[in-house]
Amino acid sequence: MEHRFSSVQQVRDGLRNVNYLADDGIAGVAFLADRLAKPILVEGPAGTGKTQLAKSVADMLGARLIRLQCYEGLDESKALYEWNYKKQLLRIQADRNSDSWNEVHDDIFSKEFLLTRPLLEAISAPDPVVLLIDEVDRVEVETEALLLEILSEYQVSIPELGTITATQIPMVFLTSNNTRELSEALKRRCLYLHVDYPSLEREKEIVLAKVPDITEHLADQVARIVRSIRLLDLKKSPSVSETLDWARTMMLLNIDSIDAQTAKETLHVLLKYQSDIAKASKELSVDLV
Amino acid sequence: MIDLLSGFVQELRNAGLPVSLTENLDAMEAVRHIPLEDRDAFKYALGATMVKNSAHWRSFETVFEVYFSLRGPEYKIVEGSEDELEQMWREMQEQMQQGEGKGSSGGMDSLTPEEIAQMLMKALMNGDQAMMRALAKQSVQRFAGMEPGRPVGGTYYLYRTLRNLDLDNMLQKLMEASKQETGSDLTALEERLEKDEYESRIDSFKKEIEAEIRRRLVADRGAEAMAKTLRKPLPEDVEFMHASRDEMQLLKKSLYPLTRKLAARLARKRRHGRKGPLDFRNTVRHSLSYGGIPAEPKFKQPRPSKPELMVVADISGSVAAFARFTLMLVYAMQNQFSKVRSFVFIDGIDEVTEYFKGTEDISEAIHRVNTEADVVWVDGHSDYGHAFEVFWDRYGKSIGPKTTVLFLGDARNNYHASQAWVVQEVRKKARQVYWLNPEPKSYWNTGDSIVGEYAGHTDGAYECRNLRQLEAFVEKLA
Repeated sequence: MEHRFSSVQQVRDGLRNVNYLADDGIAGVAFLADRLAKPILVEGPAGTGKTQLAKSVADMLGARLIRLQCYEGLDESKALYEWNYKKQLLRIQADRNSDSWNEVHDDIFSKEFLLTRPLLEAISAPDPVVLLIDEVDRVEVETEALLLEILSEYQVSIPELGTITATQIPMVFLTSNNTRELSEALKRRCLYLHVDYPSLEREKEIVLAKVPDITEHLADQVARIVRSIRLLDLKKSPSVSETLDWARTMMLLNIDSIDAQTAKETLHVLLKYQSDIAKASKELSVDLV
Repeated sequence: MIDLLSGFVQELRNAGLPVSLTENLDAMEAVRHIPLEDRDAFKYALGATMVKNSAHWRSFETVFEVYFSLRGPEYKIVEGSEDELEQMWREMQEQMQQGEGKGSSGGMDSLTPEEIAQMLMKALMNGDQAMMRALAKQSVQRFAGMEPGRPVGGTYYLYRTLRNLDLDNMLQKLMEASKQETGSDLTALEERLEKDEYESRIDSFKKEIEAEIRRRLVADRGAEAMAKTLRKPLPEDVEFMHASRDEMQLLKKSLYPLTRKLAARLARKRRHGRKGPLDFRNTVRHSLSYGGIPAEPKFKQPRPSKPELMVVADISGSVAAFARFTLMLVYAMQNQFSKVRSFVFIDGIDEVTEYFKGTEDISEAIHRVNTEADVVWVDGHSDYGHAFEVFWDRYGKSIGPKTTVLFLGDARNNYHASQAWVVQEVRKKARQVYWLNPEPKSYWNTGDSIVGEYAGHTDGAYECRNLRQLEAFVEKLA
């Protein structure tokens, strides 16, 4: 099998070209996932670019992104495949007297009557695809088992049709917000990547890359204030996407240097709990008094 | 290489990380694709294949440092770095154009501690990583006084080094220096940002020193021995009663995700636990897609009642940390209970439910519990008997058949009367009564511990030494 990436550095540069700034860990794991043909399980706080990573990798490879959003009550007819019952019914009624039983039987369980859902679609696709299984922690433990076959063997078994094996092994990303412990069986099959809040320098770069026309000085200030806020003991620390929103707010307000007053007035963009806002504004302006 | 890796895996398992055989094989496969001289990539390759829980990453890092610290590019022989440092010192001197030339004459030994401190300050101000690393090496060599084969822990050397560097004052000095540099008109916000910046730099410098000491110790004693002494329990295994301040911080951090997980699990369990009666309407509606045949019966969701909870916690010194944690945990998931009331006692008892009302910030409420609750009756030594008696008099009436009562404490009663009849009476009225004890089971009923007397009247007494046990209990409760 040929590999998609030749080196970690290439992954990094490629991601940078599509405006995703990966650190060593992210690029390294993406590279390994390609080499070992294993899915990546991405965990971390909300809003640190887990889903974006999958999108960016798809972008970089020029592949189609197939997304399976997980939710409670997801079952195989939504995730894997479903028989097109209505079409089958039509088929039977259309020539009620002509065909023999066997013919109809074989006929209605053919690919024509199969509705492919994201997982099946991902492995049967002839073009390059990236499969994103989003928020996998939302499905029940029992439903996780649906994923196991496709994650380790890259195949789907359909009792009436037989096994469908992948024509090419897609890159697979699973994201989890860590609301529950995933099963050992699932974790074992994946490479694990924990995406945390970025370092000061990286966050600044992200702001510079994602917010057009922002000045270096403002980006630096934004990143530093956000870092200080993250050091506080908060219910929910500001995420990267919130940092970006904040930076954009500053741009819209035509502010080129943040002082305590502006920071206080716009904190609600960064923080979403009243108690957090109170605490942060107290901390940030404590020296004023 | 294989030998080294299997030793490494063995050590990870000893530290409590579950590394399965397939994960081990994956790691071996992964490192084949990684250039070995790239230490970071190597680390991430091992991490991605073997560590599947972010809470375990710290333990992994420690073990990794121990096993592979001698193989990194930043590890150079100390003699070499001396020249380097001296070079830097000279450059700095030239930069500053002081021309006094006192440091440039002799070797490294001629540098006085003051000069080192000065250099350190300079490095910290500029955030100069290489310089900081070199300085860390130098200061360990000079101040730690390490002797090969001496059986002391790394913390001892760390303390000796840090004492000589006086980093606490360094922050002060840095702030002043930066004020002078930029002129005095620094706004409060900027000042705060500066301070955070320097703090993080000093922190990273401390880490450099720690790493350096570790490297030297590994070189002296060998990786296996070092790994053993550095082995730290995972956050969920830290004992409440003996947690250090750092560990407490760590525990606090892991508490919030834990409650989220627990709440999600409980909500799910409540919904899926058992099936309710047949939902006729829903079944008929779904039968339409099967041509009127009710092929897919639908059931009503059961709605089991949520328990009412009363927490009675001992907050005297020895078990305070445990009580704090349990209260935090209970309140963080109070939507899993229909009502939570909490009481704290030492030898007197006080209701603290009010503190938690209307505030989103649990740690703030806990702080108020510790400072404002009226829990001392005579002398501030635990008296379970008296506290329970008062509890029964004042609040006994509000215990109903839906109430679950939780007693928290080590039941070390200072040889006072036990008044175990209170627990007995409580059990008669309440739905369930549990006792949680943060002491290891083998210590129960030794000395002045009378947990046995109370436990006999409860529905169960549980050992609750760490987060793992606490989590298991709370799940059972709700």
